[in-house]
Amino acid sequence: MWGILGRRAVVVDGGFSASCLRSRMRSGLVSARSYAAGSKEMTVRDALNSAIDEEMSADPKVFVMGEEVGQYQGAYKITKGLLEKYGPERVYDTPITEAGFTGIGVGAAYAGLKPVVEFMTFNFSMQAIDHIINSAAKSNYMSAGQINVPIVFRGPNGAAAGVGAQHSQCYAAWYASVPGLKVLAPYSAEDARGLLKAAIRDPDPVVFLENELLYGESFPISEEALDSSFCLPIGKAKIEREGKDVTITTFSKMVGFALKAAEKLAEEGISAEVINLRSIRPLDRATINASVRKTSRLVTVEEGFPQHGVCAEICASVVEESFSYLDAPVERIAGADVPMPYAANLERLALPQVEDIVRAAKRACFRSK
Amino acid sequence: MALSRRLTSRSTLISHPLSAAFNRFISTDTTPITIETSLPFTAHLCDPPSRSVESSTQELLSFFRTMALMRRMEIAADSLYKAKLIRGFCHLYDGQEAVAIGMEAAITKKDAIITAYRDHCIFLGRGGSLYEVFAELMGRRDGCSRGKGGSMHFYKKDSSFYGGHGIVGAQVPLGCGIAFAQKYGKEEAVTFAMYGDGAANQGQLFEALNISALWDLPSILVCENNHYGMGTAEWRAAKSPSYYKRGDYVPGLKVDGMDAFAVKQACKFAKEHALKNGPIILEMDTYRYHGHSMSDPGSTYRTRDEISGVRQERDPIERIKKLVLSHDLATEKELKDMEKEIRKEVDDAIAKAKDCPMPEPSELFTNVYVKGFGTESFGADRKEVKAALP
Repeated sequence: MWGILGRRAVVVDGGFSASCLRSRMRSGLVSARSYAAGSKEMTVRDALNSAIDEEMSADPKVFVMGEEVGQYQGAYKITKGLLEKYGPERVYDTPITEAGFTGIGVGAAYAGLKPVVEFMTFNFSMQAIDHIINSAAKSNYMSAGQINVPIVFRGPNGAAAGVGAQHSQCYAAWYASVPGLKVLAPYSAEDARGLLKAAIRDPDPVVFLENELLYGESFPISEEALDSSFCLPIGKAKIEREGKDVTITTFSKMVGFALKAAEKLAEEGISAEVINLRSIRPLDRATINASVRKTSRLVTVEEGFPQHGVCAEICASVVEESFSYLDAPVERIAGADVPMPYAANLERLALPQVEDIVRAAKRACFRSK
Repeated sequence: MALSRRLTSRSTLISHPLSAAFNRFISTDTTPITIETSLPFTAHLCDPPSRSVESSTQELLSFFRTMALMRRMEIAADSLYKAKLIRGFCHLYDGQEAVAIGMEAAITKKDAIITAYRDHCIFLGRGGSLYEVFAELMGRRDGCSRGKGGSMHFYKKDSSFYGGHGIVGAQVPLGCGIAFAQKYGKEEAVTFAMYGDGAANQGQLFEALNISALWDLPSILVCENNHYGMGTAEWRAAKSPSYYKRGDYVPGLKVDGMDAFAVKQACKFAKEHALKNGPIILEMDTYRYHGHSMSDPGSTYRTRDEISGVRQERDPIERIKKLVLSHDLATEKELKDMEKEIRKEVDDAIAKAKDCPMPEPSELFTNVYVKGFGTESFGADRKEVKAALP
């Protein structure tokens, strides 16, 4: 069932093997069934855990730091078992002092180590954001290449369920606006493994935005993706579902919603192409624009606040580069422009739902209902 | 005293071409001398080191020369700033030279230093050249950060100098992180994280100190207390300006920061302590003659009498000069000649730096990432100016 449409992993550290080239040529293609039949399944949680485990095993400079990552096994169990396996000299439980431990992590990276710093949620990263931006992102530039910062900042981002305004914000747009950072957002287990391994190996600071509600979700995973050398390229989006009538771009949890929306649209004769961004910075403008030039319509989806969001950047890019291909105004589906409310019905209204994506796609196709 | 042309490696600055007059003093004769610090150390949770500092004739002379060079460099930077050849921020260190020089004398290039934005002299002490300093200050391509950093962002990684930071206090957790890496790699080296009395109140400092103490990191926090955080005197900013005690459970030492030998002794003591017992705080009682930066006259929040008083009573270079003379290592005239030569060295470096071109426009897009994967980056008009990041 794989045949020539099977997808091969691309090792990210620059080796241009034949398989790398083949996969680069194929990066725009995907089969209708992206995963091999009869393959294993893996939760996103296990995918992340195995990725960190393998990278720690391969490189003694990689270490993990954060609140409850060690003895507690991780607030969301992502770092489960790592303290037992690697000991307290590789897995560090920190006090609840984000500014302090993030600064320490960045300093360790200055001196050549490879920290994987966990934020219990990215909401808490705001306490450390000066270190992420001013100490990490800008150092390579300000020092003209003397001080690079091979650090990964990871943790759950965006809304969970019922956690309220201070625990639900999406930081993709904030971090992705900063030159010097790389910002990744996995969706599937394969994304989680491949992107996290790439992030840990990367010599630049990477903000790795996970999603709490995806941790428990299972996805089929290929043998390839289970290999310890598996890596996904940074800066390349994945076409999850091919289509010809409308392009839907999104990332993280919303990819699942977009795929469901595509199913519903298919029932009504609209063929939607779903793009999983995977990488918010660098943004794969080439893949997005190529898709829009094919479909002539864009619906871009994100969970975060609408103003100055990731969707806004994508709309701008498409209007700038593919204006004459557009047959309809660009559409944005985003979180509501309000702090996240607690009540279940209000929370539902504050987040994009499948029906919102379907409606926007139909609007783009000038279908009224 | 033996005449010798052989230069020692005590300070890389001595390896510059020198006049015959100065060569007379650079000898392999490391006659040991003992210098008493002018003031005792005040200790918190530790036993202070002895006031008798082991040194040598060569070290004493090199202190004079290097500090005079630092002083001259900063004064020259003042003129360049007023001539609008240096733009933006320029924070000068004159008055504080003893801290930079004393610290270098106690440590190796494997020990790391990180500081804030008043970093020109620290960079020089770590082995940077005058030319790189002036070229960077004037934004030229041969600057130590290729013109892309500016006054506040000097680095010299091969000498374990990690900058040069503009955000007050941020360098302290970063320094503790470098110490973490040193311990992780079992390097038997320490990190000096320098900060001012203004930064001493930053929360992240206490967060980093807590973690350093918990994890026994070889971090040495050095508070350069020049008594003013920009325009705010210490008593207006800190409920307790005993910065050496602010570590609470972390030992501390208060040091006369205008006495290079006291600084050397304290740093030596701190390094031994940190390698065995974890973090320690050093408070250097020092003073800056200039205002906070070149845009601050420095006289609206302190009196001219205070400034001239310190210059008369406590100037660090004058102190070393007196020691050189009292130990008969040089005459007044010889020291004056040395200063003339230093002036020329600085002027030559400036002239050379003035001739250095600015960075190529393509440098706008370099070093954003180590691995850019060919991703696109844009200029102000993205349809006009685009680049693929290498």
